[in-house]
Amino acid sequence: MFGSILSPESDSLATSWADFEKCTGITIQYTGSNTFESDLPVKVNGGNAPGLAIIPQPGLLAQMVATGTVKDPPAQTVTNEGNWNDAWKSYGSVDGKFYAAPMSSNMKSLVWYSPKYFAANGYTVPTTWADMMTLSAKMATNMTGVAKPWCGGIGSGTATGWPATDWLEEAVLGTYGGQVYDDWISHKVTFSDPKIQAAMKTVADWMLNPAWVNGGYGNVQTVATTTFQDAGLPILKNECGMLQQASFYEAQWPKGTDVSENGDVFAFKLPAVDPSISNPVEGGGEFVTAFADDPATQAVQNYLSSPEWADSRIAVAPGWVSANEKVDQTLYTDPIDKISAKYLADPTATFRFDASDAMPAAVGSGTFWKGMVDWFGGKSAADVAKEIDASWPTS
Amino acid sequence: MRPLMASSVVGDAASTLFGVIVAVAGFVAILGVVFFIAGRVTGRFQRPVAIVIALGPALFLLLLGLIIPALTTINNSLKNQQFLGQPNTKYIGLENYKYALTDPYTLQTILRSFVWLIVVPSITVIIGLAAALLLDRVKHNNLLKTLIFLPTAISFVGASVIWKYVYSYVAPSQTQTGLLSEVVMKLGWSNPPNWITSVPVNTFLLMIIMIWIQVGFAMVVLGAALQSIPDEIIESARLDGANGFSLFRTVQIPMIRNTVIVVLTTVMITTLKVFDIVFTMTNGNFNTDVLARQMYADMFVTSQVSRGSALAVILFIVVLPMMYFNIRQLRRERTER
Repeated sequence: MFGSILSPESDSLATSWADFEKCTGITIQYTGSNTFESDLPVKVNGGNAPGLAIIPQPGLLAQMVATGTVKDPPAQTVTNEGNWNDAWKSYGSVDGKFYAAPMSSNMKSLVWYSPKYFAANGYTVPTTWADMMTLSAKMATNMTGVAKPWCGGIGSGTATGWPATDWLEEAVLGTYGGQVYDDWISHKVTFSDPKIQAAMKTVADWMLNPAWVNGGYGNVQTVATTTFQDAGLPILKNECGMLQQASFYEAQWPKGTDVSENGDVFAFKLPAVDPSISNPVEGGGEFVTAFADDPATQAVQNYLSSPEWADSRIAVAPGWVSANEKVDQTLYTDPIDKISAKYLADPTATFRFDASDAMPAAVGSGTFWKGMVDWFGGKSAADVAKEIDASWPTS
Repeated sequence: MRPLMASSVVGDAASTLFGVIVAVAGFVAILGVVFFIAGRVTGRFQRPVAIVIALGPALFLLLLGLIIPALTTINNSLKNQQFLGQPNTKYIGLENYKYALTDPYTLQTILRSFVWLIVVPSITVIIGLAAALLLDRVKHNNLLKTLIFLPTAISFVGASVIWKYVYSYVAPSQTQTGLLSEVVMKLGWSNPPNWITSVPVNTFLLMIIMIWIQVGFAMVVLGAALQSIPDEIIESARLDGANGFSLFRTVQIPMIRNTVIVVLTTVMITTLKVFDIVFTMTNGNFNTDVLARQMYADMFVTSQVSRGSALAVILFIVVLPMMYFNIRQLRRERTER
């Protein structure tokens, strides 16, 4: 099995299927790579495909299916597809055919902060975008030295730039809702479109604001050179007020950090830019894709699509959420997981998958990432948009 | 559970090792048989058989590892293939080459690669030559030579990791973790830039890493060439009044001209292929992309295999004349001695 999940998260995976391994005698050998997106096509094309791959991008899944190497899921897995709602099922399907069951899901629309620091300074958690902006301005005037209200880092190896694509996606989804977001993914709405330009302005006022960014590291440009893993750590030193980052960022806090409503760090839901948009939630997830159809592989594939496995994974370690509807919600002990599970399963939420992961790879893993890095490096929003639009594949 | 896993890992390793040993033994046995038969062949067939046996494996591996991939790449570069293994691709002629030479980003990448090609080899040779000349006059120069040569043994990625610390940036008010920032701040520059994002300085900062790695090689080869100039020639030049720089310019340089060219072209070829440094330091961001890095990204990250193939072919075509020049110089030098 091959995936992009690295230790320590992958250790929890190994523990979660330990009982299954003991019971069936199947050994699951998991390999994680931080260049998974580029390694997988090479492996597959070289005839060295893994038995199972945990693909985090619907676009990459579609690409793999097009090569004809992806095996049809076994009957049991297809039956288990009913465990997910239609949105999730569609992200694991290509041309209407279900291939890959979602494994884990994550909630991207979160803002990390320090409740202790907030309490000490009399700040309250903002519930609207306007409140959040007011709070940021207030923090900026109160903070001294290297401390700033926001911190951020978009460094991530070959995937450098992705956290900034999330910021823009949140702004687009939170300003215009699902339809514009979907049209943006299909390039009916271009990056140069006034709507997206306005969303970029929203991000510029927020994460490219020299007075607000980058807590603990320096100026706005340091966002481009800081790894996303390191980005939030200044929160613990009170050098940074808030960090917009997904639920999986919980794994980055050092051992012993109290993650709770009144603890060292906690997260609140990123409010909608336009309050009339109902609960915009951006999420991501991974899909178990099979390149082999021997009984052992299929057994693992079935097991991973079952609520039993999800329950077992939840029990092992916090910091993990399943979009599987049959999962026992009471098992979640971690407050972040509870929030994530609540919004991911909320029927009134405007849920959408990470846009860059759904765009064609030339954009979604190429010029979009690169454009965001250039933007934080000082390039203008209009130039960035022009370059991304120009790179959109014509065929 | 744990010890069980550990022992299975050891077991896997042992069986892999055993497999390798069997494979190597089998290979040696086959070679033995081939050589035994070849040794028994006499008369008319002796020469052709010897040629086939000596050249065959090399040619086969060359075919497998170079010629077939090169042809595949050229073939790919003429298609509209987007990802590896894509079905229903069609040939679109030189469209990808046209794209490479008209797309502003790619064009910049190509031009930047040329800047690398000119700056890195020339500075490497100049510093290498200076080090070779000057260190000859220093007593106990072995330690110094070793220190300069040492980076040659470090991988490009390793070197990049080291230099990442040199160039790292934090706000001036904080404890500096980057050596370069700390040095310039000690020298009185109160607000140094974020080095790695500062265009165009960043490209040259990356080049320094390459030069740092290559200088040792240049110094050793050029130093050996300088040593090989017969003492009588130096002596007679001295008697004719040549000293210091004029001796260097009129006697030493012409004598080692061919070696300089070989070093220059060798470093040029390495420079053109530079990938690891840019990949590790910036991933091509902040206007530092070079041909090999963009080719990699096109091929394996952004699903534009045919465009990447075109870049690979361009890279190959640029390297070819240098290869030719390099080999010709080596030959010439050999015949002169």
